Amino acid sequence: MNAIYLDNAATTKVKPEVLAKMLPYFTDVFGNPGSVHAFGRSAKLAIDKAREQVAKAIGANASEITFTASGTEADNIALIGAAIRNQKKGKHIITSAIEHHAVLHTAEHLAKQGFDVTYLPVDADGIVSPETLESAIREDTTVVSVMAANNEIGTIQPIRELAEIARKHGALFHTDAVQAVGSIPINVHELGVDMLSLSAHKFHGPKGIGALYLKKGVRVDALEFGGSQERGLRPGTENVPYIVGLGEAAELATRGLQEKAERVARLRDKLIDGILERVPYSRLNGHRMRRLPNNSNISIRFVEGESLLLTLDMAGIAASSGSACTSGSLDPSHVLLAIGLTHEIAHGSLRLTLSDETTEEEIDRVLEVLPNIAQRLRKMSPLWEDFQFRDKNSDNSNDKNSGRKEQLCTLN
Amino acid sequence: MYSELVMDHFTNPRNTGEIENASGIGTVGNAKCGDIMRVFLKIEDGIIADVKFKTFGCAAAIATSSIATELIKGKTLTEALALTNQAVAEALGGLPPVKMHCSLLAEQAVKAAIEDYLKKCPPAEENAAMLEACKFEEDEEAELACYVNP
Repeated sequence: MNAIYLDNAATTKVKPEVLAKMLPYFTDVFGNPGSVHAFGRSAKLAIDKAREQVAKAIGANASEITFTASGTEADNIALIGAAIRNQKKGKHIITSAIEHHAVLHTAEHLAKQGFDVTYLPVDADGIVSPETLESAIREDTTVVSVMAANNEIGTIQPIRELAEIARKHGALFHTDAVQAVGSIPINVHELGVDMLSLSAHKFHGPKGIGALYLKKGVRVDALEFGGSQERGLRPGTENVPYIVGLGEAAELATRGLQEKAERVARLRDKLIDGILERVPYSRLNGHRMRRLPNNSNISIRFVEGESLLLTLDMAGIAASSGSACTSGSLDPSHVLLAIGLTHEIAHGSLRLTLSDETTEEEIDRVLEVLPNIAQRLRKMSPLWEDFQFRDKNSDNSNDKNSGRKEQLCTLN
Repeated sequence: MYSELVMDHFTNPRNTGEIENASGIGTVGNAKCGDIMRVFLKIEDGIIADVKFKTFGCAAAIATSSIATELIKGKTLTEALALTNQAVAEALGGLPPVKMHCSLLAEQAVKAAIEDYLKKCPPAEENAAMLEACKFEEDEEAELACYVNP
């Protein structure tokens, strides 16, 4: 049995076609794109082509694309660059409670620098309502950043409506579309966004390369200084092979995307329905319909995520969890807490994210294996024991040892 | 990240389950931090004749509970009370630093179960000293609340 990879929201496999396009740029076409000679010009042509490919994938113009080292770097340049650039106008920025850390921690950094940050709450499905943005936006709001789709629960945000509100109030709108690009059709003009971040390794490109879309006319301050590469916004000699890989991956991912997304969504639905049906006391996290076609996130009550992941891993299935134990941090996922889950239920979350290479047999295998794993872990869970005890006795006592404590001394 | 012994105890945990009419039951941890341990003891003539556990938590939490039950089975209460979290971690061939908290939970779960037994039983003179040994030290309590990333 081959290992089953269902952690495509973490990263994806580089497609062989993408790698094949990259390879010559390590050895044969190795010139510096800034050089005048033929070696340099060939490299420059390659990044020009990649810029066109990335632009086309999101409906932008090539001149609006800045290559960065990651989605995180794109988020940093967008948020900090725009906030600093516009600080004379105002020092208020708005983001959501469920952003990726690349945005959340950047917003926290700005807060430390004297900016006022508002974190928009989300509803139980993880959706930011346009009304909450409308009531939070102020005269001095300069930047609004809401992710296009959430990395943990896959919820797709009403970006067009949110961007329209920002535009109406004269604030710039940024969206972290790292999970969305290559997964659902994204067009910057239809969405009406000013800035958008994307990352190659989420759509079968290499790690360590991303891009920032900056709408024509939108200016942000640079965070790094050096040469004039990427119009000075991201100085440093261009990572030519990786830029080529990003361009190729973007083109491949968006080709026939609608059909691919529908196929993946069908498998995702089979997976979600199958788990909810076969594992009692499990729940889907995130919106049932308004979610990425490849994302499923399920809480399996009374078991802890890391145990679940390790056991699945031993069965050859790679997944992810929002449990604190898997991140080494104090709390379980901020996203799961923001949609109102208790700590206990958040600790038992399981994220399975598909790719266009996921097969029906792989989904069937998960549905075969997971219920037994959940049952095995529950059998040794004191929470499961307490739950069944409460169920039987309908006693809501908070006694840690449930109803057992009245047991008398058995020694004497 | 985990030693072979941790993975062994996680995959094949020893002494899972519960004891009917247990002499003492101890539950420590909380769901907020993501781990809860419950230890069941059957005590005969001052000896831990049988021990079982149930744990909600990560692989380290399950493995530390498992090894702790092995370490105290057949021991006297005084010997069991001498179990330290370091001994639990060492018996597993070490734990990652962020998971040391789990070994502490295992130690406390054993102590909580013994304390439960001592409190239920008519207190003999020597019980007073043992009850004292069951108490968690304050800094340990603080550590128990949740661990902070080093």
